[in-house]
Amino acid sequence: MTTRHDTAASPVKGGAAPGRPPGGRGAAEADRKRAKLSRRWQRDIRWSPYAFVSPFFLLFVAFGLFPLIYTGWASLHTVELTAPTDMKWTGLDNYTRIFDDDFFWNAAKNTLWIGIISTVPQLLMAMGLAHILNYKLRASTFYRVVMLAPYATSIAAASLVFVLLFGRDYGMINWVLDLVGLDKIDWQNGSWASKFAVSSIVIWRWTGYNALIYLAAMQAIPQDLYESAALDGASRWRQFIHVTLPSLRPTILFTVVVSTIGASQVFGEPLLFDANKGASGGSQHQFQTLGLYLYEQGWVNQHLGRASAIAWAMFLILIVIGILNAVISRRLRASS
Amino acid sequence: MTTTMTKPPADAAPDPSRKGRGRRGSKSSRAGGHLHAGPIAYIILALFTIGSLFPLVWTAIAASRDNQRLAQTPPPFWFGGNLFDKLEIAWNDANLGEAFLNTTIVAGISAFTIVFLSTIAGFAFAKLRFRGRNALMLIVIGTMMVPPQLSIIPLYMMVAKLDWSDQLQAVILPSLVNAFGVFFMRQYLLQALPDEIIEAARVDGASSWRVVWHVVFPAARPAMAVLGMLMFVQSWNDFLWPFLVLTQNGSPTVQVALAGLGRGYTPDQSLIMAGALLGTLPLLLVFAIFGKQIVGGIMQGAVKG
Repeated sequence: MTTRHDTAASPVKGGAAPGRPPGGRGAAEADRKRAKLSRRWQRDIRWSPYAFVSPFFLLFVAFGLFPLIYTGWASLHTVELTAPTDMKWTGLDNYTRIFDDDFFWNAAKNTLWIGIISTVPQLLMAMGLAHILNYKLRASTFYRVVMLAPYATSIAAASLVFVLLFGRDYGMINWVLDLVGLDKIDWQNGSWASKFAVSSIVIWRWTGYNALIYLAAMQAIPQDLYESAALDGASRWRQFIHVTLPSLRPTILFTVVVSTIGASQVFGEPLLFDANKGASGGSQHQFQTLGLYLYEQGWVNQHLGRASAIAWAMFLILIVIGILNAVISRRLRASS
Repeated sequence: MTTTMTKPPADAAPDPSRKGRGRRGSKSSRAGGHLHAGPIAYIILALFTIGSLFPLVWTAIAASRDNQRLAQTPPPFWFGGNLFDKLEIAWNDANLGEAFLNTTIVAGISAFTIVFLSTIAGFAFAKLRFRGRNALMLIVIGTMMVPPQLSIIPLYMMVAKLDWSDQLQAVILPSLVNAFGVFFMRQYLLQALPDEIIEAARVDGASSWRVVWHVVFPAARPAMAVLGMLMFVQSWNDFLWPFLVLTQNGSPTVQVALAGLGRGYTPDQSLIMAGALLGTLPLLLVFAIFGKQIVGGIMQGAVKG
């Protein structure tokens, strides 16, 4: 390897021609050989980039794009789980069905609320945490790794533990509430309590990860911005508002987009939060998300066609959110 | 070897947002980095540390107690004596041995393939010139915005048609679509692989494939290792899709086996915790050993994200 580097380091001028012609042979033969090599070379230069990126696109078409479009097709059919390849055309029936279903709107509302309750505090805490981690710290690597431990924990394992911690009668959290003189809370059956509990699993798993992303962006801010702000007499808080936050805007946008997509997908946490209610998301469907509703329609009620319609409805909602997001961030950029 | 290759040569274009290596040395010049943290910062950090670790520690505590003890107040705060018995029962009851084997196979193949494909694609996007490069890269980033949940129904139909339920390839194949990996390797190779080295190899008559094999792979090795670990973790923890196509008594992954533990009307809570602990331990171990590298990798992938 080192030798390769050494040869690489020596500058070779005018070296577009590959394949050195072997010395001491007939000029014509060398020319022919060079021409042949050169053709192969041209082909290689021209096509190998496509060869290198094609596996990704082939896989995406097969397991991403095609299924996405086919979901739209399936949403116009009656498809039973027991015979998934047997499709009967129904037009828009599946859509009218789910839009008439109160549980769909309930699930949409739950997804929105759980998304807000889990994303907003998560990103705010991550920002604060990143700010602290950006100070000169003793054992800074230790904190960073520890913050990532929840990320290493699976949804299933985390949810099972939180179910116990949030237990109504013997859970740790209610015990603490009782200790400080507050009423115990029925975390599984309360409408807001259960949404909060489910969100807390998401918050626990992702705060540290997002903090690291913010920290990386903070460390990339050039120091002289702070120095000139300090010269202008800006306090540390004003530096944070006027230097740190604007520099972090692309990163913040990125985390908001990723968290929004993540929030629209929440599935495992509510499924396992009341394992015996399963797909219904609590006795009153109080924490049934759209992901869970899709699963219930498709795999419990065995209507894959209807489940496809839910998937496409989710897709459309995401597109609307994406457009809103783009508009808002453009406005913000224009105003500053 | 690794040390010589990880260091980007001095003549590489200086990139202000580059970090990862040399962080320690340049930290004092970073924003806020020149300020020492006060006691309040340490108190907040201590609280976050406890918050991050407590559920995990308590999993072990609950797993070491018996079920009756968990149905009493106050909840236990220290370890009981049943830990290893419970771990053994959970291991056998939840079919965890097979689940571990399956998950290792799935996560291993998936991580390896993603790293390989992402490196060659990332190299092409970072260092090769070809028509439509920018448009294709935009598409790659765009695919990150499509949630996998939207594709599960046709995938499920495919699995049914091919008779692949309870077969590991049903989980492995869809997991190979990974735009993050391509993006991650592209960002790394942009700054870690100087054009001069590629040109020199070209002058020596190396084909593109030889360049990949002898120049790109050695230069990308640190990033490949980090991406491999991230993908392994992601695949190990993947829940929805394995849950749909694998069954608990067929060939479950760890997550599918864990989900099965929570069911039943009188679940044995300490047994569930023992299972959760077993399912999490391998990854916690990986993070304890390679934590620093993983943190560096996440932070590196985040810049310009």
